Amino acid sequence: MSNGWQGPLEDIGDYKWKIPKSFMPGMRVPGIIYADEKLLKDIRHDRALQQVANVATLPGIMKYSIAMPDIHWGYGAPIGGVAAFDVETGIVSPGMIGYDINCGVRLMRTDLTEKEVRSKLETLIPAIFSKIPAGVGSKSDIRVSEAEESKIMVRGARWAVEKGFGTKEDLEHTEESGCMEGADPSKVSERAFERGKSQSGTLGSGNHFLEVQVVDEVYDQKAASIFNIRTGSVTVMLHCGSRGFGHQVCDDYSKGMVRALSKYNISVPDRQLACVPVTSPEGKDYIAAMKAAANYAWNNRQCIMHRIRGVFEHVFGASQKDLGLSLIWDVAHNIGKFEKYNIDGKERLLCVHRKGATRAFGPGNPAVPELYRDIGQPVIIPGDMARNSYILLGTKKAEEETFGSTCHGAGRLMSRKAALNSNRRHTLLKDLQAQGIKVIAAGRGTLAEEAPYAYKNVNDVVEVVDKAGISKKVCRMKPIGVIKG
Amino acid sequence: MKPFEILNHTADIRIRAYGKDLKELFRNTAFGMCTILADLEGITTSTELEIKASAPDAEELLIEWLDELLYNFYTKHIIFSEFNITELTDTELTARVKGRFVGENKNRLKTEIKAATRHDLHIEKKEDHYEVQIVFDV
Repeated sequence: MSNGWQGPLEDIGDYKWKIPKSFMPGMRVPGIIYADEKLLKDIRHDRALQQVANVATLPGIMKYSIAMPDIHWGYGAPIGGVAAFDVETGIVSPGMIGYDINCGVRLMRTDLTEKEVRSKLETLIPAIFSKIPAGVGSKSDIRVSEAEESKIMVRGARWAVEKGFGTKEDLEHTEESGCMEGADPSKVSERAFERGKSQSGTLGSGNHFLEVQVVDEVYDQKAASIFNIRTGSVTVMLHCGSRGFGHQVCDDYSKGMVRALSKYNISVPDRQLACVPVTSPEGKDYIAAMKAAANYAWNNRQCIMHRIRGVFEHVFGASQKDLGLSLIWDVAHNIGKFEKYNIDGKERLLCVHRKGATRAFGPGNPAVPELYRDIGQPVIIPGDMARNSYILLGTKKAEEETFGSTCHGAGRLMSRKAALNSNRRHTLLKDLQAQGIKVIAAGRGTLAEEAPYAYKNVNDVVEVVDKAGISKKVCRMKPIGVIKG
Repeated sequence: MKPFEILNHTADIRIRAYGKDLKELFRNTAFGMCTILADLEGITTSTELEIKASAPDAEELLIEWLDELLYNFYTKHIIFSEFNITELTDTELTARVKGRFVGENKNRLKTEIKAATRHDLHIEKKEDHYEVQIVFDV
C-alpha cells in the first residue's frame, strides 16, 4: 500500500523500536513501538506510525508516545496506542480515547468440559444469539427512564448487580470494580441519554463478539489454578463497549474541543486529536462524561453476561452456581485513567490514554483486587474467530515502561474492503466448520469483514508482549462457538 | 463522476466523495455513509425531515451534517437515501432528507457506524470539482 512508513525506526532492543523526536517538528517525546521484525513488516504498511508521531506532539505528554504490537491505523491516535499526560500541564483528548468509550473484554469460566459443551453447541450458540441483541443499532428489552439511566452512569455494573443481574463477586473481578468515581450525568447531552436508553445489554456490530472457548494451553499453572481453569476448561468471552451512548459522548466533546483549540492555543496535527488541558472546564466536563460512558459500558457487559448465564442454565439444566459460571476478569481497552507514575524520580499524577491497549498492573499493585494481588492483574486478549485468545498477567515492568499497559488484541491486518473481496471468503464458513467452530453473525458481511485472515496472528502479538515483559502468558484459549455482531 | 468510492483503511471505513460543487459533495458524502449503513439499492422513501446544521468551517459543517444523519438513523430509525441540500455556505446547511423506517427493512442493514471522524479530513477544491476523504469509525 502507498502511504507506508518512510520515516526512521531505530531498533533499541528488547522488542522496542524508536521514532526519534527529530522525525517531525513538534514532537515533544520519541515514539516507542513494541514489536518484532515480523510484525513490524505489516505495521510499516499503513499510517499507524505517523499517528504515533502525531500523538507525540500533544502538550504535556510524558516519556514516550507508545504503541503496542497490535498497533494499526486508526483515526487520530493509532489503535494500540498509549500516551500519558501530566495532569497539571497536559491535555485530555476524546479522540485518543475513542468513540467506543470503555470498549472492553470480559471472560467467564465454567465447570463444563469441551465434550459437554460440544454436545449442546448447536442449541447453545443460537440460544445465546437469540437472547443477546446484536447487529446495527441493536436495542434491548432493558429500557430505562432518564433517572434510571443516570443511575447506570453513576453506578456502572453495580446498577446491574443491584437489579439482580449478577453478584458482588462479579464487581470484585472487574476493572475499577465496574464503576469509576466522578461520573456526572449532568455533563452528558440529551442526545447521549436518548441513544443510551435502550442499549443496555446489547452487543453491537463490527468487531464485537461473543465466544465460547476451550483452554488449549496453560503456561502458568499457579495463576491458572487461581482462575480455577485448566487445559480443557470451557470459557466464555465477550467484547463490546458503551454503544451509541459512548459514541455520542465522544462526538459531543470532540466537537467542543475542536472549537476550544484556539482558546488554549493548542495546535494539533490532526483534528481528531483535538484536546484541551486536563484542568480546563472543558476537560473536566469531558472526563465526567467519559466516566459516565465507561460506567455505561461496564453495566452493558454485566447485563450481557447475566443473560448468557441464563442461557447456560437453560441449555444445561443446572444453576449458574452448579455450572461454575464465575467472572475471571473484565478489562477496559479504550479509556482514560488517572494513575500515578514515577517520572524522573518524582511521583506524578498522569492522565493515561489507552486506545486499544489494556491496563496491565503488576503484582502488589493496590488497584488489583486481593485475590489476584500476588500474581498481578489479569489481562484478557481476544484474537480472531479461528485462532486463539489469551489470559495474561500484568507486570511491574509494564508499570515502569508503558504506564502499566499492554496490547489489546490481534490487531487488524487487512481493510474490511480487502477482506470482503478476498477469495478466501467463499470457503470461510466451511473452513471454520472444519475447525469445529460454530459461527453465527448478525450483520451482512460481518463474517467476511471479520475473517481470521483480516487479522494479525494474535500468537505473534502475545509473544512480543510476553518476551518484552510487559505482561506474562497464563493460558491460551481456542474458540468453538462464535457470535459476531 | 462517480459519487464516492471506498478506499483502504486497516480498521475503519474510509471513503472519497466527489461533487461538482460543495452541495453535491455534501450530498455524495452522506450517500456514501448511508450506503455503508444499509443497502440502498432500489429502496423507496416514505418519510422526510429537515436538517439544519452550523459550524465554524466547511469540514466541521460536513461532520455536523453527517452526525445529524447518524443521530436520526439511530434514534428515529430511518434509513436515509435522498438528500436535498437546499442551502449551503461554509458554515450553514439546510437540507430535506428522505428515507424509510428500518422496521420491515432490517435485512437492509449492513455496518454500524460509530461516528464520522475528523482524521485527515480536508475538503479539496480541484480544477472542476470538490473532493473529500473521510474515515468512519465502525
